[in-house]
Amino acid sequence: MSGSPILTVDGISVWLSGRQILHDVGFRIEAGEFTGLIGSNGAGKTTLLRVILGLESPTSGHVLVGGRSLNRRNPLIGYVPQKILLDPDMPLRARDLVGLGLDGHRFGLPRRSPAQKQLIDEMLDAVDATSFADARVGNLSGGEQQRVLIAHALISRPRLLLLDEPLANLDLRSEQEIVELVARIATEQQIAVLISAHDMNPLLPVTDRVVYVAGGRVASGTTEEVVTTEVLSQLYGHHVDVVHINERILVVAGHDTAVHHHSDSGAGYV
Amino acid sequence: MTVPGSLAPVFEPGFFSSSPVHVALIVGGVVAVVSGVVGTFTVMRGQAFAGHSLADIGTAGGSAAFLVGISPLYGFVTMNLIAAGAMELIGIRRPRGRDLATGIVLGAALGLAALFLYWDTTSSSTTGATINVLFGSIFELPSSLVPVIAVFSVVATGIVLVLYRPLLLSSLSPDLAATRGVPVRLVGIGYLIALAVAVSLSAVTIGAILSTALLIGPAAAALRLTKRAPLAMAIAAGVGVAATWLGILLAYDSYDWPPRHQGWPVSFFVVTLVFAFYIVIHLSVRRAGGHRPNPVSAGAA
Repeated sequence: MSGSPILTVDGISVWLSGRQILHDVGFRIEAGEFTGLIGSNGAGKTTLLRVILGLESPTSGHVLVGGRSLNRRNPLIGYVPQKILLDPDMPLRARDLVGLGLDGHRFGLPRRSPAQKQLIDEMLDAVDATSFADARVGNLSGGEQQRVLIAHALISRPRLLLLDEPLANLDLRSEQEIVELVARIATEQQIAVLISAHDMNPLLPVTDRVVYVAGGRVASGTTEEVVTTEVLSQLYGHHVDVVHINERILVVAGHDTAVHHHSDSGAGYV
Repeated sequence: MTVPGSLAPVFEPGFFSSSPVHVALIVGGVVAVVSGVVGTFTVMRGQAFAGHSLADIGTAGGSAAFLVGISPLYGFVTMNLIAAGAMELIGIRRPRGRDLATGIVLGAALGLAALFLYWDTTSSSTTGATINVLFGSIFELPSSLVPVIAVFSVVATGIVLVLYRPLLLSSLSPDLAATRGVPVRLVGIGYLIALAVAVSLSAVTIGAILSTALLIGPAAAALRLTKRAPLAMAIAAGVGVAATWLGILLAYDSYDWPPRHQGWPVSFFVVTLVFAFYIVIHLSVRRAGGHRPNPVSAGAA
């Protein structure tokens, strides 16, 4: 974990319509690291990702990607959005969506060379999407769509892959498959990964570090360092208990027994 | 041109020698191509309401053009471009804001249209304006307008073809497009200009009220027939041209038809043909089981 970090987030504060969303957020991601961006809905995860992507301007602070400050089109970053508009009727095959990752910003109809077509096939293969490469993306299951979106993000050979809640709305098995897939690719291609999730448990087997977001503030480090009663109580500003049950971690509000957050993670949780 | 004997009942005498028919075939064909290409994106982007609203809004321009004695085409184009600009300014990018913005602009423009059409109908020289604006005037287009229509057609089709990939990407996810360096807002404005022009062209041929049929119908059918967007645009254009030409032929033939032996309007035939085609495609694709419902997924926006 030495060398220059692929991502440096330093002193980021964001105000949106008079409300402070992020308070002096700072952390680093080294090349090839797998980092979980953990926090409940509304904690500020999406805003933080949008700042890193250059879609949102911070009120103060700065972001360095690969040692350089941000600009809009950053070829070092691959992005897997949480939502994409996909009607079942959309005339778009899985391979077309991956192809747009290569040249979606260019003018005109696509005319791809044999080498580019081969690259698309390789990316589809890398995410185990070959069997549905010619299906309409809108007809694919959630897990299959995530695979295609990951291939779309990876085809431009980024150094940092950002995934916004890729596990939301997935069944347990697809959840596990996506986590294993991303971890495998990250290792193989030496790509750093920042993956946001409201439940850290599916990510625990593969994460090197966590960036824990609560109330617009973050704590970062290894899971053992960050996900502790002391650190998270300080982060939340009130007492929470970190409970380990069968290799799963629960964060619950102190004193009363109600689950403080993560309660929306449903079946994958308890 | 002579017609072989066996086809004589189909092609009524004079069909191929009539100058208004020539103009109608050329303009109708070109406009159908534009509508198919632009309409494919209109359907993909879920902007059918915006497309139809532009057509209605354009009636204010079309009816005003009659008052000042110029071709309604110029009125439609001017009004639609203004309306497209207004929608963009009010906030067309979010689906909800988009519908509201469209509705607000639509209401204001229809008020103007009501006023202008009233003036048109009460002035003896422009009494036919209402029918003309609302239901089209494909047999009354002067041939001098053909080059103008050609230029507008090239502009609208060209914008969509040039912007094809950035437009497709920003239709899927504006954020994703922005991170790839696509100027999402500019691309959206470019597409709106193409839509405004396409709707105007369609309005002068089959009428403001019916233009949506040509914009949406062939494209919606095409999206069911192919999973490749460029092919969908080609199919939509082809279906539109076929419906328009067949509609022109039927309208020409209908001069002998009951109940009044004065001919049926082209717009009726075009719209009915498009509708019938869509229904056939809809039923046959469904029966073939080509669409399994979209499961709960991260993609269902």
